[in-house]
Amino acid sequence: MTRRRLAIVAIVVFIIVAGWFLFIGLPAWYAARREQVVAAAAKPAAAQTAVRKITATIYYVAEDGMALVPVQTEVSFSAAVPEQARAILEAQLAPAAAPQVSAIPGGVTLRDVYVTERGDAFIDLSADIATKHPGGSLDEIFTVYTLVNALTVNLPAIQRVQILVDGKEVDTLAGHVDLRHPLAKSLDWVVHDTH
Amino acid sequence: MTFYCTTTGKQYNHRTLNVSRLLAPLLAAVCLLSIALPAQQPASALPYTVVTKDARRPLAVRLMSGQEMFALDDLARFFGLTVREDTQAGAITVTSGAQTIVLSPQQPLASIAGRMISLPAAPAREGRTWFVPVDFVSRALAPVATSRIDLRKPSRLVLLGDIRMPRVASRVEPQGSITRVTLDVAPATPHTVAQDGQRLVVRFDADALDADLRGGPATDSFQNIHFGDTPQTVVIDLGPRFASFRASDQPAPAGGGTRIAIDLAAQTETPSTQTATPPGQPTPPPVNPEGPPPLLDLPPAGGLRAIVIDPGHGGDDVGAKGAQGTLEKNVTLAVARRLKAALEARLGVRVLLTRDADQPVPSDQRAAVANNNKADLFVSLHANASVRPHVSGAEVFYLAFDENGSGPRSSQAGRETLPVVGGGSRDIDITPWQTAQVGHLDQSTALARAVEGALRERIAMSPRALQQAPFRVLVGANMPAVLVEMGFLTNAQQEHQLQSDEYQNAVAQALLDAIVRYRAGGGTR
Repeated sequence: MTRRRLAIVAIVVFIIVAGWFLFIGLPAWYAARREQVVAAAAKPAAAQTAVRKITATIYYVAEDGMALVPVQTEVSFSAAVPEQARAILEAQLAPAAAPQVSAIPGGVTLRDVYVTERGDAFIDLSADIATKHPGGSLDEIFTVYTLVNALTVNLPAIQRVQILVDGKEVDTLAGHVDLRHPLAKSLDWVVHDTH
Repeated sequence: MTFYCTTTGKQYNHRTLNVSRLLAPLLAAVCLLSIALPAQQPASALPYTVVTKDARRPLAVRLMSGQEMFALDDLARFFGLTVREDTQAGAITVTSGAQTIVLSPQQPLASIAGRMISLPAAPAREGRTWFVPVDFVSRALAPVATSRIDLRKPSRLVLLGDIRMPRVASRVEPQGSITRVTLDVAPATPHTVAQDGQRLVVRFDADALDADLRGGPATDSFQNIHFGDTPQTVVIDLGPRFASFRASDQPAPAGGGTRIAIDLAAQTETPSTQTATPPGQPTPPPVNPEGPPPLLDLPPAGGLRAIVIDPGHGGDDVGAKGAQGTLEKNVTLAVARRLKAALEARLGVRVLLTRDADQPVPSDQRAAVANNNKADLFVSLHANASVRPHVSGAEVFYLAFDENGSGPRSSQAGRETLPVVGGGSRDIDITPWQTAQVGHLDQSTALARAVEGALRERIAMSPRALQQAPFRVLVGANMPAVLVEMGFLTNAQQEHQLQSDEYQNAVAQALLDAIVRYRAGGGTR
């Protein structure tokens, strides 16, 4: 009997150890190794401050004002989808370098990002997104789809995006685009998309 | 083993009988009793007449629980139907050609290929015959029948096949020395008016007339109005001092028909036949206190009755702003007023603005103005803005539904049968605010194309002149709807234009042209 009990205990212990190794130990070791590879690939001088970066697509208004143009930029990598979404949005909200012009008014800050299991992201922006918006249907379409596409194009885990202002759901930003529901990606407003 | 009592329509299964054999004689007694004491004898009512090309035959009507009913067997004979009763399924199937109507004995409903149609009463049985409400003919039978079936309740007629039988309603109004006899005819039917001695004979090019002839007080020139000797004629008996008549045709104000105005002039010291109302002048509104004439209340074919113009923004919501300080809210209101004036003057339609002052109006309220006034079209006016100041040109938008989003498409409109005051029930189409525009998308596209084409003839268009977008104000509009961006206020030249009379008139004129073309294209609902 005791022998049999011992055998059971041994099996349980083995399962726990194997589980830890498979699901925690191995991924941690693997991630550490990849960090090392990335760090090694970076400049030797910056090696000690190396933060993993990914290339993301953000959007600006085309020169002819008739569409959005995708622009590649580096943003810090995060394994968590909301954190990655935050990094991409912060790059998108940052002042555009000339000659780029952003469809998002200057000074807008990201308050928070939530992502549901269904793939709906809720991005909570400061009130400037509405109060500083210059109005006009086309501009408003560009503002909305800059944000919607910046998340849905870069992050497959995000299918739709709803914009909140100061933590609240809104009808529209400036009286045109219906923001009462999450919106799916729309590349109709984008030229020469490389994705 | 099943014991079926044909008179009571009750079914008893073998288990009931096994429980107590004593019940058997009791059941037999109930059956006998129900034969001996027949249920309340249904009252007969005035029969309908089935009119075909070559015959008029009576169709018996039974009054059952206050409802006029036809026997299904009679309908089967007249309309070539096959009626089958499925006692197991508790249903009656009525087959007409390849189509089947299913009736349930307890329910005031008929089902055609899964579509439910409400009836004012459930089918009722008398002996071996099933009876269905009169409305079964118009609601269930007519839609599936191969030949045309037209139930006319006021005149108790069922027209079968291609019968030309216009409705004719008469009205007589003494107007001084003239007596006006008005005949409203729907649909419009060729006719002649001729004097035959002391009578005027109005002869219609039709198989028969479905006429509601109401006379009036006898005057010097008028005595009576009645049917003529043939089914196609109406006769007006003339008064003793009749002098002359004048007949004119006008489109019926209720739509779809003709109004024949016959002025009967009497002899006076100063003959006044010339003072008769000339053709074309609107006749006075019908004076008919005894009930509405049996005319169809339909909009004129291809016509528009009401248009709602929505001047964008307003109040604190100034919209886009030009460098010179021009505000979108002011431009939209100015053009809306010009367009309203042009539409009213040229098309004679009712035009409503969602705002006629500098005031804020919520999006839903804008659509509500259009929905509550049963507008045929909704046109929202805006002026555009761009972060690129050189961008210019007008754009036309219609609604885009976010196919993958959780937006309007995911909730579906439905139909509900609701009880109405006075008994019976009525099918009510439920249109959620969110899906109101879904059913009009094709027409909205046609309207947007017409607007884009007409604008292009008068003003410069943007490279993306016709587009779809998920615009808030269009979602709730339960009619064809477009949003017009008239130009870019952020463009210095366009800001100047948008303020000018010339440009505003050009936009209003183009929208008028577009609506005329859209109407001509039969794009109305």
